[in-house]
Amino acid sequence: MFEMVAFILFSVLTITMFSITVLTNNALYALSSMAAGMIFISAFFFLLDADFLGAVQIVVYTGAIMSLYAFGMMFFDSLSTVNEKIKNPRLVFLLSGMIALVVVVIFISPVIGENVTANYPVNPSYGNSVDVGLVLFTKYLVPFEVAAIMLLVAMIGGIVLAGKKMNESYSEMKEEEIDAKLELDALEKDVK
Amino acid sequence: MEKYIYIALFAPLVGSLVAALFSMQPKTVFTGWFTSFMLAVSMFASLNLLHFVYTTDTVLHTKLFDWIVIGSLDIPFGFVVDQVSVVMMSVVTVVSTMVHIHSIGYMEHDKGFNRYFSYLSAFVFSMLVLVMSDNFAVLFIGWEGVGVCSWLLIGFWYHKDSASWAANEAFIMNRVGDLGLLLGMFLLYWNLGTLQYNEVFATIGTLDNSLLVWIGGLLFLGAMGKSAQFPLHTWLADAMEGPTPVSALIHAATMVTAGVYLVVRSNELYTLVPEVGYAIAALGAFVAIFAATMALVNNDMKRIIAYSTLSQLGYMFVAAGLGAYWVALFHLATHAFFKSVLFLGAGNVMHAMNDELDIRKMGGLHNKMKATSIIMLIASLALAGIFPLAGFFSKDKILESAFNADAYILWGVLWVTAGLTAFYSFRLVFKIFFGKQNYSDADFHPHEAKSFVIAAMIPLAILAVIAGWFEHSFIDFVTKTLPTWEASNTASSTIWILILVTTAVAVGGIALAYVKYYKGDGFSKEWENNAIYKLLINQYYIPAFYDKFISKPYYAISVWIFKMIEVKIIDNAIDGIAHIIFNAGAKVRPIQSGNLSTSLRLMVGGLIMGLVFALVLAVL
Amino acid sequence: MTLNAYLILSTLLFCIGLIGVMRRKNVLMLFFSTEIMLNAVNIGFAAISKFHGDLSGQMFAFFIIAVAAAEVAIGLGLLILWYKRTGSINLDDIQGMKG
Repeated sequence: MFEMVAFILFSVLTITMFSITVLTNNALYALSSMAAGMIFISAFFFLLDADFLGAVQIVVYTGAIMSLYAFGMMFFDSLSTVNEKIKNPRLVFLLSGMIALVVVVIFISPVIGENVTANYPVNPSYGNSVDVGLVLFTKYLVPFEVAAIMLLVAMIGGIVLAGKKMNESYSEMKEEEIDAKLELDALEKDVK
Repeated sequence: MEKYIYIALFAPLVGSLVAALFSMQPKTVFTGWFTSFMLAVSMFASLNLLHFVYTTDTVLHTKLFDWIVIGSLDIPFGFVVDQVSVVMMSVVTVVSTMVHIHSIGYMEHDKGFNRYFSYLSAFVFSMLVLVMSDNFAVLFIGWEGVGVCSWLLIGFWYHKDSASWAANEAFIMNRVGDLGLLLGMFLLYWNLGTLQYNEVFATIGTLDNSLLVWIGGLLFLGAMGKSAQFPLHTWLADAMEGPTPVSALIHAATMVTAGVYLVVRSNELYTLVPEVGYAIAALGAFVAIFAATMALVNNDMKRIIAYSTLSQLGYMFVAAGLGAYWVALFHLATHAFFKSVLFLGAGNVMHAMNDELDIRKMGGLHNKMKATSIIMLIASLALAGIFPLAGFFSKDKILESAFNADAYILWGVLWVTAGLTAFYSFRLVFKIFFGKQNYSDADFHPHEAKSFVIAAMIPLAILAVIAGWFEHSFIDFVTKTLPTWEASNTASSTIWILILVTTAVAVGGIALAYVKYYKGDGFSKEWENNAIYKLLINQYYIPAFYDKFISKPYYAISVWIFKMIEVKIIDNAIDGIAHIIFNAGAKVRPIQSGNLSTSLRLMVGGLIMGLVFALVLAVL
Repeated sequence: MTLNAYLILSTLLFCIGLIGVMRRKNVLMLFFSTEIMLNAVNIGFAAISKFHGDLSGQMFAFFIIAVAAAEVAIGLGLLILWYKRTGSINLDDIQGMKG
C-alpha cells in the first residue's frame, strides 16, 4: 500500500520533471527540472531495495553530472535561446509514441521468460551495500578496474579539451617569471 | 522449272533493294537501268513459265517455307503457277518492264530518281506475290504490299500537300476494303480450317448458302477497295498526283486488277452463289456508266484516262459476276496493254508541255510529237473496241455475256457506255494532238520524248493491236483451270447483230468526237452552265459528300478523343507515375542532408521497425 | 508493485527522452535528453534485479552511471571547443556529414 502510493507519486513527479526538461525552451528551467528528476529517480532505487545504487545516483548524477552541466551552461550564451522550430513536431511524437507502444507490448506479452535463475542472488541477511560490495569486488573486479581507467582517461581528456596552452608549469617557475608572464599576457590582450 | 518461279518472283525485289541503297543520293542512271534489267529478267522467266505451262499443261506448286504453324493453323508461304496466275504474271511483268524503261526518260530530272525505282520494283514484287500465291494469306501479304507501295508512289512528291493527301486517301480506302477481305478470310478459315486455294475450293460446297453469300460479299468488298468500285472509287482519280508511269503501272495494269484477280481466283465460290455474282455485275455496270459520264466533261488529261480505267474495271466485274471468268481475265490482259500505253503517252505529253494537264491548253501537237500521237491513237482505237484491235474482242465478249444471261438492262448500260468510251477517248486525243493550237509558243516548247522511251511504248502498242487475235488459244489455255463459258443461250445470228450494233455505237462516238473536236471547236460554252454539266464536273459531288459527312466528323471525333482521353487520362496517368517517383525522391533527400536531428529521427524509425520485426518473429 | 509497472515506467521515461533527442536543436539540451534515456534504463535494470532477486541488474546500473559520467565530461569538453570555434551550439549548423 505504502509502496504503491510512493510509486505513483514519484512516477508522476518524475514524468512531469522530465517532460519539462524536454519541452521547455528555457535552458535554466530544463536544467533545474532535470536535477529534480534525478533525485526522484533515486527515490525509485530506494523503493527497490537498491540502497547503494540510490546513494550513488544522488552523489554522481545529481551532484557531479548536473553541476558539470551547470558549469557548461554558464559557459554558453544561454540567454539567447536557440531557435527550436522544427518542421514536423507531429512526426516526433508519432515516432516516440510508436516506440512506447511497441516496447510496452513487448514487455506485457508473455515473451519474457518466467523461470529465470539468478546469477548473483541477493543474500537478504546482509545489507544491500555489503552485498553489492561483495559482488563488485569479486565477480566484477575487472570491469571495475577498467571503469576506473576510463574515468581517469575522461578526466584527462576533459582537462586537455578545455584547457589552454599547457607547456608551461606555474609550479616550476620562480616568482619573477610568473610576474613577467602575466604582464606579457596582459599586453597581448591589449593588442588584440 | 521451279527456279524460274523464284527468278521471276525475286528479281524485282533484288532490283528494289539495290536501288534502295542509292535512295538518298542524287540521280544515278545505273539504278534505272539495273531495275529495268531485273524486271526484264523477271519478264523472261514469266514468259518461259507461260510457254512451259502452255505446252505441258502442268501446274507448278512450290513452297518457300512454313510461314505460320501454330496448333492446327498451318499456312505455308507457297506459290502456284497455273494458267490463271501465269497469264497475270506475264501481263504484269511485260507492262512493268516497259514502264520502268519509260520512267528512266520521264523521271530524268527528278531528284528522287533512285528512290522511285526502288519503290516501283518493290511494287512489282508485291504484285507478283499476290498473283503467284497459293493461299489467301500470302495473297493478303501481296495485297497489303501493293497497297503500301502505291501509297509510297502516289505520294512520291511528298512535299506537295495534295500528293500526300491523295496517297493517304488511296491507302485508307484500300484499308476499308481490306477489312472485308480479312473478314472473308476469317470466315473461310473458321469454317473450312484451311486457306489453301485447292483445299478451300474442294470443300467449299459443303457450306450452307447464307454463309457462302457472306463470304462472297466480304471478299468482293476487298476487291471493291482495290479496284475502286463505287463507293470506294474516289481515290483512283486523286491518285493521279503521282508520277504518270506510276499511273500506267498501278492504275492500268496491276493494282486495280487485283480485285478482278481475286474474284476470278474465287470463281468456284461465286458460281455457287450466282445472286452475289449478279449483284457484282450490276455494280460493275453502274460503275462503268458512272465513270464514263464523269470522263465526258473533265479537262484533266490524266483524270480522263483514270475514269476510263474505272469504267473498264466495271466491265471486267460484269463479266466476272455473270460467270464468264475467262472473259474477265481476257479483258484484264488487253486492257492492261492499251491503258498502260495511253498513260505512258500522256506522260510524254506532260513531259513535253512542262507538266501541263489541262487539255484545253493543248492542241495541234501531232506535228511535234508524231510517234506519241500515233501510239495514242492506236491505243484509243483499241479502247473504243474497233475491229481488229484487242479491245474489240474482249469488250464484245463482255457484252455478249450480259446479253446471254438475259440481263438486258446490263447490256443496255454497257452498250451506252461503249459509245461514251469511244467519244471521250477520242475527245482526249483530238483535243491534245489535233485542232487548233491553244498555247503560246513563248511558254511551251513541246518536243518528242527520247527514242528509248518510245521504244518502250512500242511493244505495248503492238500487243494492244494483236492481243485479241489469240483469243482462241487463250480460251483453250485458261479454261483448263477456269470454268468454260460460251454464249450458249443466244443464236449465232443474234451474236453477229450484237457485234454490229456495238461497233456502230463505237464508230458513232468516234464520229461525234471527230466532228466536234477535230473539225470544230468543241461544244459551246453554254453547256457549262447546265446543271448536269455541273454535276459531272464535280464528280457527282461525291468527294464533297465524303469530305463533309465522313472526313470532317471523323476528324472532330479524333480531336475530341485526343483532348479527353489521350491528354487527360493517358498522359496524366503516365505523368502521374513520373511525378510520384520524382516526389518520392524529393522526400527521401533529407537522408543525405547531414542534419543530426533528421538522422536521429531516422534512427528511431529504424528502431521501431526492428522492434516490430522482433515482435512479429517472436509471436509467429 | 509488479515488475510490469516498473518496466512501463521505464519505457515511458525512455520515450520522453527520445522525444527530447528528436526535438531539441540545442546540443546541450540534446545531452540532457540522452541522460534521461540512460536513467530510464537504470530504473528498468534495478526493477528486474529486485523482482528476480539478482544483483546483476544493479551492477549494470553502476557501470551505466560510470559511463554516463565519463561521457558527460568528454561531451561537454568537445562542445566547448566547438562553441569556441563556431560560436553556435545549434544542431542545424553541424552539417559536416552532408551528402
